[in-house]
Amino acid sequence: MGSINKPKTLLTIVALVIALYHLVPFYILLTTALKAKGDFSSKWIFPDRLSLDNFREAWEMANLGPSLLNTLIITFFSALLLIFLGSLAAYPLARRNTKLNTFVYVFFIAIMVIPPLTALVPLYQLVVDIGMMNTRTIAVLNNVAAYMPLTIFLYAGFIRSTIPKQLEEAAKMDGASTLTIFFKVVFPLLKPVTASILIISCVFIWNDYQFAIFFLQAEEVKTITVALSSFFGQNTNSLNLVAAAALMAVAPMVILFLFLQKHFIEGLASGSIKG
Amino acid sequence: MNTLIGFKKEKAVLTNVKKRPRNSPQSSLWWMYLPALGAVCLFILYPFLNGLKISFTNWNGFSQVYDYVGFQQYSRLLKDPDTWLVVKNTLLYGLGSTLFQNIIGLLYALLLNQSIKVRGLTRTIIYLPVIISPLIMGYIWYFFFAYQGGALNDILILMGFDKINALANPSVNTWIIVFVNTYQFVGIAMIIYLAGLQSISKDYYEAAQLDGASPFKQFKNITLPLLMPSITINIVLNIIGGLKLFDVIVSLTGGGPGNASQSMSTFMYDLYFNRQDAGYAATEGVLMAVIILVISISALIFFKRKEVEA
Repeated sequence: MGSINKPKTLLTIVALVIALYHLVPFYILLTTALKAKGDFSSKWIFPDRLSLDNFREAWEMANLGPSLLNTLIITFFSALLLIFLGSLAAYPLARRNTKLNTFVYVFFIAIMVIPPLTALVPLYQLVVDIGMMNTRTIAVLNNVAAYMPLTIFLYAGFIRSTIPKQLEEAAKMDGASTLTIFFKVVFPLLKPVTASILIISCVFIWNDYQFAIFFLQAEEVKTITVALSSFFGQNTNSLNLVAAAALMAVAPMVILFLFLQKHFIEGLASGSIKG
Repeated sequence: MNTLIGFKKEKAVLTNVKKRPRNSPQSSLWWMYLPALGAVCLFILYPFLNGLKISFTNWNGFSQVYDYVGFQQYSRLLKDPDTWLVVKNTLLYGLGSTLFQNIIGLLYALLLNQSIKVRGLTRTIIYLPVIISPLIMGYIWYFFFAYQGGALNDILILMGFDKINALANPSVNTWIIVFVNTYQFVGIAMIIYLAGLQSISKDYYEAAQLDGASPFKQFKNITLPLLMPSITINIVLNIIGGLKLFDVIVSLTGGGPGNASQSMSTFMYDLYFNRQDAGYAATEGVLMAVIILVISISALIFFKRKEVEA
C-alpha cells in the first residue's frame, strides 16, 4: 500500500499549487486595498501597517451603502416575482398537455436562446417610452423577464418528474380549487427546485451589470456594479481605493457562498444542466 | 348492479366536465402563465422584433424622424472593417474561452475526483470566482495587469525586466480577456465534469484493468465517451457565455485601444450611446443574435450526435 501513497502526496501538492494560483488575484486585491495611498511597495508584500482608511474613504466616495441597498431591493423583488410567477406558470405547462400549452412551453424554451441584450436598442427605447428610465421597477421587470424562461423550465421539469399526480387528484376530489391545490399541495413540494432557482437568480441578478448600466445611471438608483464602474472611472490613479471598494462589493456574496457553498454549487449546476 | 351505477356516475362526471371546460383536465389553465408570458413578450420578444425593424432604418437613437433605408445598414455592416474586427474578437472570446475552460475544467475534475486530502478546499477556491460579478472580477485582475502599480510589473521590475503595458497591447489584451473569463468560469465546467465522472460505474475500469488496458486507454475508451453528455452541456454553455462577453471587457480594457478588444456586445453599446448610430447598432444586434444562434445550435447538434455514437 505504501506505493499508492506516493502518487497521492504528489496529487495533493498539485492540488495545493492550483488552489494557491487561484488565490493570487484575491491576495493582490487584499494587499492593494490595505496599502495606504502613498505606499508604492510591491503588491506581493503584505503591508507592515494595516490601513483601513481606504475602506472608509471608498465606502463614502463610491456611495456603496445606498447602492448595496438598491442591489438588495432589486435582487429581492426579482427573485420573489420569479418564484411566484414562474412556479404558477410552470404548473399548467407541466400538467395540462393541450396544444396551446405545448406551444407556449416551446415558446418559452425558444426565447432562452435569444440573448436579451441583442435587442438592447429597442429595449432601451421601450423603457424610455413607458417612462421607467432610472427606476428600480424596470430593473426588476427586466430581470424577471430575462430569467423567467429558465425558471419555468426548471419548475416544469421538476413537477413532471417528481410530484405525484395522485396528490392533486385527491385534493380535487375533496373539491379544492386549482389555486388551492397549487399553493397548498404542489408549491410546498417544490422546495428543492425553489432553492436552486433562488440561488441562480440571486447570483445573476446581484452581479448584473449589463442591464444596470443601461437603465440605472442616476445616482439614487445605481446598483453596486454601476457604482463601482463609475468609481473606477474617477479613480484610475488610486487603485488602493478601488480595490477597497471592490473588496467591500464582493464581500456579501462571498460570505454567503462560504456558508452555503453546498447549496450554491448544486443550485448553479442544476441551472446549468438545462439542455 | 354496483358496476352499472359506477359507470353511470362516471358518465355523468364526463358530461359535466364538458360543460365546464375551465375545470376539465383538458383545460389549459392559461391564466396561470399569462403574467409570465406577458413579461417575456413585452421585454424580450417585442424588443427583439422591433430591433429587426430598426435595423432597416437610419435612426440616430433619439430623434422623432427617421427613414427606412432598406438593406443599407446591412451592406454597411458587411463593408465595415470594424465589423470583422469585433466578430473576430467575439469568436476568440467565445471559442477560446470554451476550449480552455473545458480542457482545464476536465483536468481539474480528474484531479479532484481522486481521494486526496485537500479536495474540498481546492474545489471551493476554484469555484469561488463563479459567484463574483464578472465586472468586479475584471477589476480584480486589473490590479494584477495594470501598468502603474500592477502586481505583474512588480515582479518584472524585481527580475530586472522592463514594465509592460499588457492591457494596452492589442495582440495581448484579447488573450488576457480570454484568460480572465476562463479563470472565472472554469469552476462551473469542473463541477459539471466532476458530476459526470462520479456517475461512471467503477465496474468498467475494473474490467479494463483485468484486460490490462493502460490508464490512457481507459481514459480514451471509457471516460471520454461516457462523459459526452457533460461535454455537450459545458461546450454549449461556455460558447453562449463567451460570445455574449461584455462586463470583463469593460473593466479590463474598455474595448480599447481604439476598437482592438471590442466584442459585439461592447461595440453595440458604443454605437448606440457614444456614436448615436441606433439603426446600425440594431443591425449589429441582429448579426450577433444570428452568430450566437448558428454557433450554439450547430455545437449542440454536433455533440449530441457524438453522444449517440458513443
